[in-house]
Amino acid sequence: MNLDALAQSSGEWLNATGPQSQIVVSTRIRLARNLAAYPFTNRTNNFQKGEIEALVCDKIRLFSFDVDYHHLANMPALDRQVLFERHLISRDMASGEGPRGVAFNSGESISLMVNEEDHLRLQVMRSGLDLQNAWAVIDDMDNQLESKLSYAFSEEFGYLTACPTNVGTGMRASVMLHLPALEHTRHIEQVYRALQKISLEVRGLYGEGSRASGHFYQISNQVTLGKSEPTIIKELGGVIPEIIRYENEARQAWLADSQQPLKDRIQRVRETIKTETQMSCEEAIECLSILRLATALGEAPGLGLAQLDELFIQVQQAHLQKIMGGPLDSEERNTARAQLLRQKLDLAKS
Amino acid sequence: MHITEIFSEEKIEELHMCEDCAQRFLAGGKKVKKPKSKGHPEPDSVFTGGGGPREKSQACPHCGTTFAEYRSTGRLGCPIDYDTFHEDLVALLENVHGETRHNGKVPLNLARHRHHQDELSRLGKELQGAITRENYEEAAKFRDLIKTLESK
Repeated sequence: MNLDALAQSSGEWLNATGPQSQIVVSTRIRLARNLAAYPFTNRTNNFQKGEIEALVCDKIRLFSFDVDYHHLANMPALDRQVLFERHLISRDMASGEGPRGVAFNSGESISLMVNEEDHLRLQVMRSGLDLQNAWAVIDDMDNQLESKLSYAFSEEFGYLTACPTNVGTGMRASVMLHLPALEHTRHIEQVYRALQKISLEVRGLYGEGSRASGHFYQISNQVTLGKSEPTIIKELGGVIPEIIRYENEARQAWLADSQQPLKDRIQRVRETIKTETQMSCEEAIECLSILRLATALGEAPGLGLAQLDELFIQVQQAHLQKIMGGPLDSEERNTARAQLLRQKLDLAKS
Repeated sequence: MHITEIFSEEKIEELHMCEDCAQRFLAGGKKVKKPKSKGHPEPDSVFTGGGGPREKSQACPHCGTTFAEYRSTGRLGCPIDYDTFHEDLVALLENVHGETRHNGKVPLNLARHRHHQDELSRLGKELQGAITRENYEEAAKFRDLIKTLESK
């Protein structure tokens, strides 16, 4: 698979065709698994990491899913950054060392990280709110691997992981929501507190430790032990419609607000994109976020959610350099980013 | 326990502390001293008093990790650590998850899995020993045995 070509488009999970796509960007489920014969990744040396990588590569050839394996050890840093920006590998994997890699399919909906914090991190991504289907796919993927590899498993503690916060099911199910209106009305803090009370976690666009830039929030289960996978999914899935309802109400209220009219904000964003010759990543993401909101509300004819969601990935620095065909310094990237948005968003038509 | 405190869009701080410190911190008692390094502020304090459940030096027989090292890094060293530090981990899991027993998916063939896991665990230890001794010929032999067992 050519990573240069990859940067020109986005994975199928970002095509905004899934349920509730106007607010729910995507659903992700990941499973953490370790092989019984080896210490956890933080205690393995490169020889053992190489062994694990070879073993897993051998087994995934028998997978019913059509995936390609990419070794990260000798991959250029820019390519690793592209994979991180596409949510295919973690930040630690992008910056790490030693034998490690990722297998993924052409639609990028299925991936398998090798030698991350745990030996295996299986991941399934789906467009919109689609927890049940994501679980069905990852459960199948896990069963196929489990029939060929011996996982570290205890009847008492379940699937054993390097960090006890993941032990048990090893499952983290998350839903990525676009909540600009709840952030505008500051009701997001109430949502945040309510979710914490029921042991759900709120993170930013790129997971643990990342900020909620672009008004994107990932809501995921905190508890992995003592509950079955379907129960965890049901509990998470149960609160999402409520958050969608609050966000929709806040969107309507913002549209009707005469003090800080949303339509004025949308117009200012249009002007910014049309006229600015330099744009930081943060500024671009903020503009795209407002346009995503406008599109969902029917206030930006001519623009599509999938087109905007793809741009959220493409305005990031590694993608930008791939698209422009070479390395760019910070100022050059800001110029290229402003140019890319002008080209891709023909706002004169909308 | 890992806590991400968001002061503003620009200022985000990650704190890593033990359960007791974290509980005090979350209860509003921000007097908790920030750890000097990533991890528990004073890992040794877990073992003070002499009459604790285990000696400070007790290490996992498989990977050599001590509980103090786990406290410091937040990562266990190998699957056997769950047996070695069973008592401490049960208390920690109760705190983190509110539960201490798995209630989810199990390997499709648990009996086969049990047998393989014991044997793989033994072979893994042999492999690690051979690598430590830089006996790569022997390491390759154990690697092949692991591969053979994984193929069954």
